[in-house]
Amino acid sequence: MSDYRKMWQKLGLDLEAHDQLLAVIPQAYGDVYTSQAKRPEGMGYLDFVMSEIHGLRIKELNDLREAGGKVLGTFCLYVPEEIALAGGAACVGICGGADWPSPEADAVLPRNLCPLIKSFMSFKLGKVCPYFESSDMIVGETTCDGKKKAYEVLGEYTNVYTMHTPQMKDEASHELWLKEVEKFKNKVEELTGNTIDAEALAKGIGIVNAKRAALKRMNDARKANPAPISGRDALLIQQVAFYDDPIRFTDSVNKIAAELEQRVVEGKGVAPANAPRILMSGCPMAVPNWKLPFIVESAGAIIVAEESCIGHRYFRDMVDATATTEEAKIKAIADRYMKLDCACFTPNKERIDNIKKLVEDYNVDGVIHYSLQFCDPFTVEYNSVEKALKDANIPVLKIETDYSMEDAGQLSTRVEAFLETIK
Amino acid sequence: MFVGIDIGSRSIKLVALNGQGIEDYKVVDTGFNPHDRSLELVQAYNAEKIVATGYGRHFAREDFADGVITEIKAHGIGNRYLFTQCRTIVDIGGQDSKVISLDATGRVADFQMNDRCAAGTGKFLEIMSKTLGFTLDEFGPESLLAENAVRVNSMCTVFAESEVISLLAKKENPRNIGLGLHQSIIDRINSMLHRVGINDDIVLSGGVGRNPCIRQLLEQKLGRPVYIYEHPELAGALGAALTARDAE
Repeated sequence: MSDYRKMWQKLGLDLEAHDQLLAVIPQAYGDVYTSQAKRPEGMGYLDFVMSEIHGLRIKELNDLREAGGKVLGTFCLYVPEEIALAGGAACVGICGGADWPSPEADAVLPRNLCPLIKSFMSFKLGKVCPYFESSDMIVGETTCDGKKKAYEVLGEYTNVYTMHTPQMKDEASHELWLKEVEKFKNKVEELTGNTIDAEALAKGIGIVNAKRAALKRMNDARKANPAPISGRDALLIQQVAFYDDPIRFTDSVNKIAAELEQRVVEGKGVAPANAPRILMSGCPMAVPNWKLPFIVESAGAIIVAEESCIGHRYFRDMVDATATTEEAKIKAIADRYMKLDCACFTPNKERIDNIKKLVEDYNVDGVIHYSLQFCDPFTVEYNSVEKALKDANIPVLKIETDYSMEDAGQLSTRVEAFLETIK
Repeated sequence: MFVGIDIGSRSIKLVALNGQGIEDYKVVDTGFNPHDRSLELVQAYNAEKIVATGYGRHFAREDFADGVITEIKAHGIGNRYLFTQCRTIVDIGGQDSKVISLDATGRVADFQMNDRCAAGTGKFLEIMSKTLGFTLDEFGPESLLAENAVRVNSMCTVFAESEVISLLAKKENPRNIGLGLHQSIIDRINSMLHRVGINDDIVLSGGVGRNPCIRQLLEQKLGRPVYIYEHPELAGALGAALTARDAE
């Protein structure tokens, strides 16, 4: 641990505040994860990753930097990981899932703002996120007004590059996005000093496609009844997808998937076969935002899929790997990202179709729509999601919350009552 | 004998059922030790089965209850037993208010619950009545004697309290302020009712059912009768007791 303290100090973390943060995680992690019965053995890898989340992985990133490599910090699925990897950079998700109050962040942001934005600003200004401090560039995007404007504020404290993500899917938007992806490629080349050619792109695409395929394989096993893995564990795997070394991660997830496939063959599950099967839909849940999945599964349900950025949206679509030229590969990457069905788009009928498809594919009994407070795209879009699901006789519960625990009692009453209605 | 116990934030309600129907019931303040208080209550009965509901249901399950259900399901079952045509339930509890919609067979089809704070709950009524100088029992009847309603802008319990105090300082009639406060609660309930939709008979459940002003304003707003059991606070415990009795 002493090595890590030195490393954290060198990164400029506020060691005292960081100690407090790290002290909270093991308790929460124990309550939510390691106390579960019948966990897949492969989850031991995730336990290790989590225990080293601010340690070993940060050391690896710093080793990379010392060897001349660069680290990109991101908050959104729109940042093309393939290109970062093609440039020899590492791509990591930045902390933003905890109620970590920072008076410095409160001074620069409005009170009524999405908890994720408040959280990342708190992590940066409170100097408690080693991923932030290890990033050579933070890549923002214009997916919502809150983030878009917050990146301007963040830019006063760190190196921020913002991608212009479109909000429609017409021809002009496709053209705009293709240009943005090209610009991003140039930016990564400039930052890393490496040339990103067709060969490098093929490598980046290969690594990320393999990671998405492993996640898809792991998720496919969750279609079985009884479900072979808890929703909490699956969520954790999907959360770690944003932090860990992609090749090591892919390998471990494939091992977990194989274990789950075996469980399915043997008819072994983590919950009884009659447990209500829930699809969580809506806003992403960044580490360590495990509140709602924990409440849902403690109430006797099993979460079988996540319709969110930390979930199906992340691994559903692959980049077409058959394109050969550099230009065609860039276009294939841009096309893949334009398939994302984030609520920042209008219209966004694909998302509703995808939710209904997941309900069918995963044999879902009820949908819990989760949105972070003040997240306009998802809270407003709930209206059309609810209508479509109710028309199809699919039970749906709306939950709007933040990272604090103050509504935990209320939420468990709502969730339990919802489960009572679908049993 | 089958016992249902509803462990709420303000009071604990118990209903004991025998083959014929309700044999006994109890309502006590939750006090500072809800745990011992509930245990004491149930131990007085030689119950075949105990089902708990309300905020204290989880500790009850660990200690003495054979099963638990949420307040939402409990009020659904209890009120459906009391009013066979009941499809819509308004339950203003100590900490939260709920609107519950039942399907034609009496199962919970949908529900709405207020968010977090005490706005529009039983606790809100309690604090406002005190601020206005009424007992909780007087609050409804006195508010009905108002000449005109004085609007209170804030529904936040703390802010509403300071607003009420400044209205009193301006010599505003407490009855008029009381009516205004009741109207704000009804506005909230009304919007929750519209989100779940209104079907067949509406029942006002929970202790707030004893408040005649809430009932009258709700009936006026909806233009239809609102039904209330003579012991409205027992509906949740009754629902739990029925669940204990009917479980196989």
